[in-house]
Amino acid sequence: MNNLLAVPTLLCLLGAAVTFVAGRHPAFQRAVSVTAVAAVCAVAGLLVWLTDTAPLVLWVGDWPKTLGIVLVADRLAALMLLVAALVSLAVLVYSTGQDEDEMRRETPVSIFHPTFLLLVAGVSNAFLAGDLFNLFVSFELLLFASYVLLTMGGTEDRIRAGSVYVVVNLVSSSLFLVSIASIYAATGTVNLAQLALRLGDLPVEVRGVLQVMLLAVFAIKAAVFPLSAWLPHSYPTAPAPVTAVFAGLLTKVGVYAIIRTQTLLFQAEPLTLLLGVAGVATMVIGILGAIAQTEIKRMLSFTLVSHIGYMIFGVALATPAALAGSIFYAAHHITIQATLFLVAGLMERVGGSTSLDRLGGLAKLSPLLGVLFFIPAMNLAGIPPLSGFIAKLGLLQAGVADGTPIAWMLVVAGVATSLLTLYAMAKVWNRAFWGVAPESVLESSGSYDSPERGRLLPRLMVGSTMGLIGLALAFTFFAGDLYGYVERSASALFDPSYIAAVLPEGTR
Amino acid sequence: MPANLTLALVAGILIACGVYLITERSLSRILVGVVLASNGVNILFLVASGPAGGAPIIGLTPAALMSDPLPQAMVLTAIVITLSVAAFVMTMAYRSFQINGNDEVADDIEDARIAALAEADLTSETYEDLGFSDTGEDVVSE
Repeated sequence: MNNLLAVPTLLCLLGAAVTFVAGRHPAFQRAVSVTAVAAVCAVAGLLVWLTDTAPLVLWVGDWPKTLGIVLVADRLAALMLLVAALVSLAVLVYSTGQDEDEMRRETPVSIFHPTFLLLVAGVSNAFLAGDLFNLFVSFELLLFASYVLLTMGGTEDRIRAGSVYVVVNLVSSSLFLVSIASIYAATGTVNLAQLALRLGDLPVEVRGVLQVMLLAVFAIKAAVFPLSAWLPHSYPTAPAPVTAVFAGLLTKVGVYAIIRTQTLLFQAEPLTLLLGVAGVATMVIGILGAIAQTEIKRMLSFTLVSHIGYMIFGVALATPAALAGSIFYAAHHITIQATLFLVAGLMERVGGSTSLDRLGGLAKLSPLLGVLFFIPAMNLAGIPPLSGFIAKLGLLQAGVADGTPIAWMLVVAGVATSLLTLYAMAKVWNRAFWGVAPESVLESSGSYDSPERGRLLPRLMVGSTMGLIGLALAFTFFAGDLYGYVERSASALFDPSYIAAVLPEGTR
Repeated sequence: MPANLTLALVAGILIACGVYLITERSLSRILVGVVLASNGVNILFLVASGPAGGAPIIGLTPAALMSDPLPQAMVLTAIVITLSVAAFVMTMAYRSFQINGNDEVADDIEDARIAALAEADLTSETYEDLGFSDTGEDVVSE
């Protein structure tokens, strides 16, 4: 069973190789990549079930323990892997549903599938990595795939957006390497479980420096406030499926790495004040940025930054209840943010633009699109009984139970951000869906009774978007089971089960 | 563990020069900066691996005199990654040069527009959609 851990990464890499060679057969490429990602979903589902009893550990290549690479899946990793794989599958189906001609205009098809699969391989490997250097390599894998996806086609906009994205990530990767070198110099290992045992022996100042360095690295990737300016600049120009998968997965890998390192390695001294202030600033400044935007994709990028603050909320308080809230929020947010970007892509097809100044009357032109936008938008704002509400409620309860001034600040900022998110979503709804359709929209979609309008919303694109909305609704319907699982995974972060699984007594 | 001061200083200088160059606007300077900084980081790994020893091959060097092979393996990986980064950034700089005639990292147009709106204290005008403007032609004449 432990060998399952290598399957997600290997399948994606193999799929990438096959699709790369088969660049001239788009239909075959699509079949291969959809099969590969669907298989990853199945494996991830199995892992979620298996890890509920005990974490799975695979020492790759059977090198002597702690020398080789180790893959570890505990509940947290398995859950994130499953949600990420399901979202990637939906996005992949969505992109195959895009018209052939649109794909050819927007992206060179032959390179899209291999790169996408490499991205999924990097994301899966990052969730399963059991040592810091393997985590670094997975980050590089997913970043390189994202560089290519972001600058696909090499247009002026995308090169401009891509250059900022690439330079910021190069700096964070260098910082990551510096942290790894320092940690190795201080402890002589990069294995997470072994580090958790050895870091306690270091002087407190050295440990503090290492902790803040790792936090800075992952905060850049997760777009936590002072380090988040790159995100709204770079995401909106990419094609809809690419932005959706970036928004869903990449920042959450950063959040996952923050949760993993801060709880496993530095459990004794959580950076409550620093993370609390960063969380408040991320939530509030992000959402104020969103309100100022008139371009839907940019607005969604700002709400993405803003809602990262909720996940930092839980990490800052560092109690099992708060972390359970964070993990549930991450799972919910991966799904919902990707859905909204996919819907923005559909809106662009129907209305010819994603700028609120050029849209209007979409609800009458396409009631289906209205429903597709409305449900995830309300979910993002946290309207009960949707999963966004459950996630926020969990965090707010944990904050109130904590009761310290910084926890109350986070609670207040969380409620305000939720309201302001509702305002931003209502702004999109009022201006894009209500009112009379302007000329530019009618030109792009045809008049109200034009028979051609059906082709603007191809079945696969709508179907995959509905699938993601269904997934988010499933988080609502099965919230009890899911929240139980999340609570177990959060409390496991505070007991030595991870360390005991990787390094049983006697091998330390 | 005794650390090598010379190596640490070299790493520091390389990283400092790299950071200075990364703050420049031109992508090709940023590239030089990234290469310098990552070489500095690689040297940092050598500092982390402790005093230099013999080649870490069993049978060639007694175990006590070997240098630590693990950081060297990491540095090799990092070098390969830097190589591909260099290739990618160079491609991007060239493409930027093809399109704009320079390889500078541009300001965000939307940001500037919203800042200007805030300064003017007006409601938003029609947003100028830049759209997709690749005609497939090289802007630079061959």
